[in-house]
Amino acid sequence: MNHDSYPDSYIRGILNTVKSIAMVGISPKDNRPSYFAFKYLLERGYRMIPVNPGQAGKDILGQKVYAKLSDIPEPVDMIDVFRAAPYALPIVEEALTLKPRPAVIWMQLGVRNDEAAAKAEAGGMKVVMNRCPKIEYGRLSSEIGWIGVNSRTISSKKAQLLGKGVQRMSLNRQTMTGGATSAAQRAQEDGASAAAESGQKK
Amino acid sequence: MVRDRKGYREGFMTERTPGFSTLAIHAGAQPDPTTGARATPIYQTTSFVFDDVDHAASLFGLQTFGNIYTRIGNPTNAVLEERVAALEGGTAGLAVASGHAAQVLVFHALMRPGDEFVAAKKLYGGSINQFNHAFKSFGWNVVWADPDDISSFERAVSPKTKAIFIESIANPGGVITDIEAVSNVARRAGVPLIVDNTLATPYLWKPIDHGADIVVHSLTKFLGGHGNSIGGLIVDAGTFNWSREGRYPMLSEPRPEYHGIVLHETFGNFAFAIACRVLSLRDMGPCLSPFNAFLVLTGVETLPLRMQRHCDNAKAVAEWLTIHPKVAWVSYPGLPGDRYHTLAKRYCPKGAGAVLTFGLKGGYDAGVKLVSNVKLFSHLANIGDTRSLIIHPASTTHRQLSDAQKVQAGAGPDVVRLSVGLEDKEDIIADLEQGLDGS
Repeated sequence: MNHDSYPDSYIRGILNTVKSIAMVGISPKDNRPSYFAFKYLLERGYRMIPVNPGQAGKDILGQKVYAKLSDIPEPVDMIDVFRAAPYALPIVEEALTLKPRPAVIWMQLGVRNDEAAAKAEAGGMKVVMNRCPKIEYGRLSSEIGWIGVNSRTISSKKAQLLGKGVQRMSLNRQTMTGGATSAAQRAQEDGASAAAESGQKK
Repeated sequence: MVRDRKGYREGFMTERTPGFSTLAIHAGAQPDPTTGARATPIYQTTSFVFDDVDHAASLFGLQTFGNIYTRIGNPTNAVLEERVAALEGGTAGLAVASGHAAQVLVFHALMRPGDEFVAAKKLYGGSINQFNHAFKSFGWNVVWADPDDISSFERAVSPKTKAIFIESIANPGGVITDIEAVSNVARRAGVPLIVDNTLATPYLWKPIDHGADIVVHSLTKFLGGHGNSIGGLIVDAGTFNWSREGRYPMLSEPRPEYHGIVLHETFGNFAFAIACRVLSLRDMGPCLSPFNAFLVLTGVETLPLRMQRHCDNAKAVAEWLTIHPKVAWVSYPGLPGDRYHTLAKRYCPKGAGAVLTFGLKGGYDAGVKLVSNVKLFSHLANIGDTRSLIIHPASTTHRQLSDAQKVQAGAGPDVVRLSVGLEDKEDIIADLEQGLDGS
């Protein structure tokens, strides 16, 4: 997998298939990006499982918090890594011990660890790095268009309402590639590889 | 299936980026999910219902995407925002009431009282006035630099500088700014580069490809293209690193307006557009009417066709003027002898725009007579209409500048400005001919 740029079909395939997501490193503070992403995905029907050792036993948005992945008593389809790049490796190693093995390791914006990715892929897991599932869902469902963001998709098909609430769209939307943001892509890669490098050096 | 991590480009074959004309029609738009309406509906509504209290709270807290109130966002405007962002190659757009409003909001998101910004002195007169006068009320101080001398930009930068502002093709005289050279200065200074791309439009020139971090537009002009709607738009390139401590608190500090969220962490590479929307536009208010957005969108669909015709017509007019006995000089970068011709070929090879200036041998009086004599050209203050337009900048758009500033801005007393329209070029030229005959 080329981790510099993911085809929409790859991302849509992942987000349309996974049902349960364990978010490692979620913050209980309701102004943090991890909290926002957790809430957004919860509202769109994903089983969201918070993982944060400091909050173990408490609730975030009504969901019980676990100290670590191996404490979770149900199958996890996707692990969403909201921690700095160096932590991705031990998370992948723990994921590889889970039964059933999660299908996807997803690392957040600014998180890129090629070594961890290679290990995960060698273990049969799909990997996404330096992306936010909330933003990707928003892009592919067209919700993100409401705030003027370039979804990088175009379509002549009606987008589908999710059926839960007035302003929620489904991922079942047929799209083709839209306008590119090459400069932004380059800037992000520069930032992510700098982060990855400093991560590897640790 | 064996996958080589380095070499396997799964998506490459299936993911072609569509061309400009396709994006001009389709980016941001889709058939309406409820009705199937194909054209973008005009959501002429002030407000939008919520599911419940929690949904409302989520929206107000920026936790979910959606519509609340047309001052902050509107689905018709959103199509236009995504359309122009996609055409410019940006990550997000924000539609506002006017080009001037776009500038106020951009600077509001960047500047604190006492800050400075560097601006090219060859600009639309309205921008010069805004920077020299209105911005002073906020303590935002402009430092002028010469786009024909890049070292003047370096000298103008100080520890207080927060941004650099230029026009790609500058109004009125068809100045072409070397965006890459200015971008290097901005990069070294650690400040974003703002480019007003109104005269060029992304059809001719995409400043983001050359280092622009923020692009602004007056939708009133070529993007809307039909002289019927005032509007402005901000495009976020998604390229600037906002996290340098303290320099851009709207983006890097916990915001009290939103319970302490840090915008650049929450919104990644479209954080600047979000800041302009939820901090600047929300609290200052210059929003775009959805009806105007619809009209501009309709215009944008034909942008490639119109801009090419504008440029072809302008070039023909410029060439004709050059050989006219009453014309002293013509400034149009599309002309081979023009001082900006080399830059134009490099940055906007499809065409040098539709706006040109010229001076008559009879000076100020001859210019005034010509403006009165034309019958096809409309004498008014605008550019970028289907109709050909004429004006005498020194007594109108650049009137409030000093004589020296006027000359510097390319609006001296003898200067006549044309915005060449889409009429048959023979008719455009015939109108100028009969107009000049009488002057």
